Amino acid sequence: MELVLAAAIGILAASGVWLLLRPRTFQVIIGLTLISYAVNLFIFSIGGLRTGADPVLRDAAGDIAQYTDPLPQALVLTAIVIGFATTALFLVVLLTSRGLTGNDHVDGEDGSA
Amino acid sequence: MNHLVIAPIVTPLLVAALQLLVGEKHRRTVLVLSVASCSALVLLAAALMHAVAGEGALAAVYRIGDWPARFGIVLVADRLSALMVLLTGVLALAVLPYALGRWQHRGGHFQPLLQFLLMGLNGAFLTGDLFNLFVFFEVLLAASYGLALHGSGARRVSAGLHYIAVNLTASMLFLLGVSLIFGVTGTLNMAALAELIPHVPERTRALLHSGAALLGVAFLIKTAMWPLGFWLPRTYAAASPAVAAMFALMTKVGIYVLLRLGLLLFGDGAGPASAHFGSGWMLWGGVATAAAATVGMLGARDLAKLAGYNVLVSSGTLLGAIGLQQRAVTAGALAYLVISTLAIAAFFLVAGLLASDGDDDTDDTLSLEPYVQLGEPAPNESLYAQEDESRVVISAPIAMLGASFLACALLLAGLPPLSGFLAKLAMLAPMLDAGARPGAGLLFALIIVAGFGTVIALCRAGIQIFWVEPERIFPKVRLVESASIAVLLGLCLLLTVLVETPLHYLRDTAGQLHAPAGYIQAVLPPAQVSP
Repeated sequence: MELVLAAAIGILAASGVWLLLRPRTFQVIIGLTLISYAVNLFIFSIGGLRTGADPVLRDAAGDIAQYTDPLPQALVLTAIVIGFATTALFLVVLLTSRGLTGNDHVDGEDGSA
Repeated sequence: MNHLVIAPIVTPLLVAALQLLVGEKHRRTVLVLSVASCSALVLLAAALMHAVAGEGALAAVYRIGDWPARFGIVLVADRLSALMVLLTGVLALAVLPYALGRWQHRGGHFQPLLQFLLMGLNGAFLTGDLFNLFVFFEVLLAASYGLALHGSGARRVSAGLHYIAVNLTASMLFLLGVSLIFGVTGTLNMAALAELIPHVPERTRALLHSGAALLGVAFLIKTAMWPLGFWLPRTYAAASPAVAAMFALMTKVGIYVLLRLGLLLFGDGAGPASAHFGSGWMLWGGVATAAAATVGMLGARDLAKLAGYNVLVSSGTLLGAIGLQQRAVTAGALAYLVISTLAIAAFFLVAGLLASDGDDDTDDTLSLEPYVQLGEPAPNESLYAQEDESRVVISAPIAMLGASFLACALLLAGLPPLSGFLAKLAMLAPMLDAGARPGAGLLFALIIVAGFGTVIALCRAGIQIFWVEPERIFPKVRLVESASIAVLLGLCLLLTVLVETPLHYLRDTAGQLHAPAGYIQAVLPPAQVSP
């Protein structure tokens, strides 16, 4: 499971970085989204990977070893919400830039033109 | 518990929410709310400063929800936090009148965004928890995206696009760093981290260091260290002047966090393997930033960009100075931080007034003449050579702007007699003391060179703007706009006269930073410290 998760994070991050460095705004925003997926998975995994373990105590007498660390899950939730909001904001700016400059190059103008 | 600590965060939040409810139509109400909020922030910050500056006083701690510090989030106000909160409040109150002049009506929701920015800034300065720091960073960044785009236009949107992309990437690095540190230590409370770091096993120490390094890169992007700072001059030059003046403080948030975490987590007490981790990067990064910014400043062909490169010079100088991690240098660096923030803010405002031609909706920038190659005649040599018939009438706005420009130049270059000189002296004098780290001499020399570069660049700009072609500016300066500049420069003048009291406070601040035991003890009282 660790290997699959590590590979997933790595592939997402690598694709994200590649897209982030592309010249079109749409590629940039998809790249940012992929990177944020990779980061969210990474945060989720720092508490250690457990299958079928609860993050919240069911009854007061439970053994703490049977539960997974709840804090990374709380952190990742916050990170997702904030990442989503800022990406949405970026999308608005991207569309404004498209409207003002008439093309979707990150610099507002095509190098070839 | 001391509710004073959370007040600087809650006040702008409530005011911003109220302003959004009141709506744009009731301009007067929104405005009164803004002025009230900023004045309240200055008073609160002063009270906070008074509360933490007492003899032997520990930091004031506020436990949110009254959870113990290891489980809950704490806000911590020590001398440095109180100083930064006061600087934020003063800058906001000073810039506010300028924004009233003409800028705030160029787009929607200027005032609420400003309040959210203040909330984020104050939160970042006061929080004692790494993840909470991330949240406040996002609050202030989200507000800054809105403010950077305020007024719209192709230039702003294009610069804003880069600014947002860079900062979103930096936020991802921030999260990676925070999660790595959490994975190794199991806590995000700064004081608890400081306690744990000396005991981290060798096996995971490399992971901890990579987490700290990622976190550091995120802050260095905010601080605009070379080569991570190419976004800054363009974004700041494109932003409207009142916004750019507020942004002068934004790079200082990065400096604040690097100073705080560098000394708290990786100070002398962090054990032999971790002590001074990253300080070399800050020192050499600062040297590179100051050098690159000086070159940029000499090449800048636009007054607002020139101001942007001044921000970079200030960032580089501060980075280098805090990278030395010496108590006396830190005290001087804090003085330089305050003065340079106020002076750069004033410079952005002056540049904004000079660029506007009295029209209410221009987005002009004031461009400067290019350099001429040796041997070629200057394109407008006749202008330079022209003998005036001494019938030049200096109008009041030009006199005001000229005097302000001169004061900014003196402050930024660090020339006597203004406080910029005193701050640089306080920072440079201890730098050459015995026991200085390698590189201190180079940084010393570079700061002097950067000051010289500032003199050249600003003289060149000043001569062109005020002497050669005074007829090309028709500034219609409003009283409120000059009031903003006068307040900012007046504060710098005041600091020139009253230099001893602030310096004394800053020396104590540096002392507190270099001895983090008091901070840790305040956050985690001894009874609570696990055996």
